[in-house]
Amino acid sequence: MTALAHIGRLALFTARALAALVSPPIYTRLILGQMMRIGYYSLPVVGLTAFFTGGVLALQIYLGGNRFGAESIVPQVVVLAVTRELGPVIAGLMIAGRVGAAIAAEIGTMKVTEQIDALTTLATNPTKYLVVPRIVAAVICMPILTAIGDSIGVLGGYVVSVYNLGFTGSVYLKNTVDFAHSDDITSGLIKAAVFGFIVALLGCYNGFNSKGGAQGVGNATTNAVVSSSILILAADYVLTALLFHK
Amino acid sequence: MSTPKIQLIGVKKRFGAKVVLDGVDLTIEPRSSLVIIGGSGTGKSVTIKSILGILRPDEGTILVDGEDITHINGGARDKVMEKFGMLFQGGALFDSLPVWENVAFGLIQGRGMGRKQARDIAIQKLAKVGLTEDVAFLSPAELSGGMQKRVGLARAIAADPEIIFFDEPTTGLDPIMADIINHLIVSTVKDVGATALSITHDMVSARKISDKIAMLYGGKIIWQGPTGEIDNSGNPYVEQFIHGRAEGPIKMAVKA
Repeated sequence: MTALAHIGRLALFTARALAALVSPPIYTRLILGQMMRIGYYSLPVVGLTAFFTGGVLALQIYLGGNRFGAESIVPQVVVLAVTRELGPVIAGLMIAGRVGAAIAAEIGTMKVTEQIDALTTLATNPTKYLVVPRIVAAVICMPILTAIGDSIGVLGGYVVSVYNLGFTGSVYLKNTVDFAHSDDITSGLIKAAVFGFIVALLGCYNGFNSKGGAQGVGNATTNAVVSSSILILAADYVLTALLFHK
Repeated sequence: MSTPKIQLIGVKKRFGAKVVLDGVDLTIEPRSSLVIIGGSGTGKSVTIKSILGILRPDEGTILVDGEDITHINGGARDKVMEKFGMLFQGGALFDSLPVWENVAFGLIQGRGMGRKQARDIAIQKLAKVGLTEDVAFLSPAELSGGMQKRVGLARAIAADPEIIFFDEPTTGLDPIMADIINHLIVSTVKDVGATALSITHDMVSARKISDKIAMLYGGKIIWQGPTGEIDNSGNPYVEQFIHGRAEGPIKMAVKA
């Protein structure tokens, strides 16, 4: 019963956020500020995780492929796995941890210290002022972050393959470029935009619904990260099924 | 008789099984200052939040200037909110913004005023509550509790509201700062010519800032009258409350 109530509340919250998204005023200043926080400051963590993911992927495929003499397939599998799956999903999970938690904690604290009520009394719609800029920024930034993460992931695979597994650099790159389709990349970027929406929405939703003091804000933060991580993986499956429907 | 500034008719609100407001009737005349007294958890905050539309009453009607605002939303609600200013108990200052932007917030975001002009007004309003220009560029977190209250007051009056709400304005302040805030409330409300509604359990403050006092108990207004008559109310609940006695008809609620 409570689960149903949660879904209902979340649906209402989403509807209100989408309605606020398309009606003026649009706070451009706030959107740019959030893009800085959500996008720019997430670059190091997304880059690092992407690099290691690409590297470990190259190593595993080499070792696994070795069993039936298919170790030369490393560049193709790395680029496919990174652009279609691991790039957007790893970036999504990192953003859920870094940004989703921060959004929930910030808005949760604003809620328990009555700052959100204060917005209302100052004739400012809290959904427009707080939720919309975060969602817009996350939806714009996530594909960009993922595109950068994709490149760094491929680089990780390249570095491991060339310096550790004895591949020739030029051949590795040629195989990568020849094999990757633009579909592989765009599907990953579409996923990334959806994941960005999920993280920002659930961060805001949990923040807005936090109750009590410090503990309530802590719970909101945990819920934001856990629920957006789960939803990212579930949405990943659904999106893959839809995007590659043949 | 003139139209009341704010009128509550049979307002009811409950949270789950707990009835907080059980038919509140209240009339506030223009340019008067009403204080609602009552113990913790008697629904004082819920009353204010219902008028502001932060909470929706389950039953009853709320009129502002004779207009029914109980169920309005969106742009119409924002329009009505422009009449209001509010001083929150904890200040509720936006910690991500400097002091002047807090004060100017309603002007910039609510009314679309230019930042430069809004800043000049903010500095004027800060001066009204006894704060100098250098405070304007500090962050709220750098201020003491009393200073935060002053900034909150400056923010509440920044847009020259017709109605100002004060939520426990003196709670958590030392007696001297409390008295300063009381004086500021009286002078600023008079200055702007506003209607004031305050909630408090500080009787010293209530006597100082009100023309009328109403007592909320058990979700209803059980007594109201001019401030001067509070000592001769003849109501045992009011007697117990204003003298702060543990013994009497009032049973303290455990839950908020």
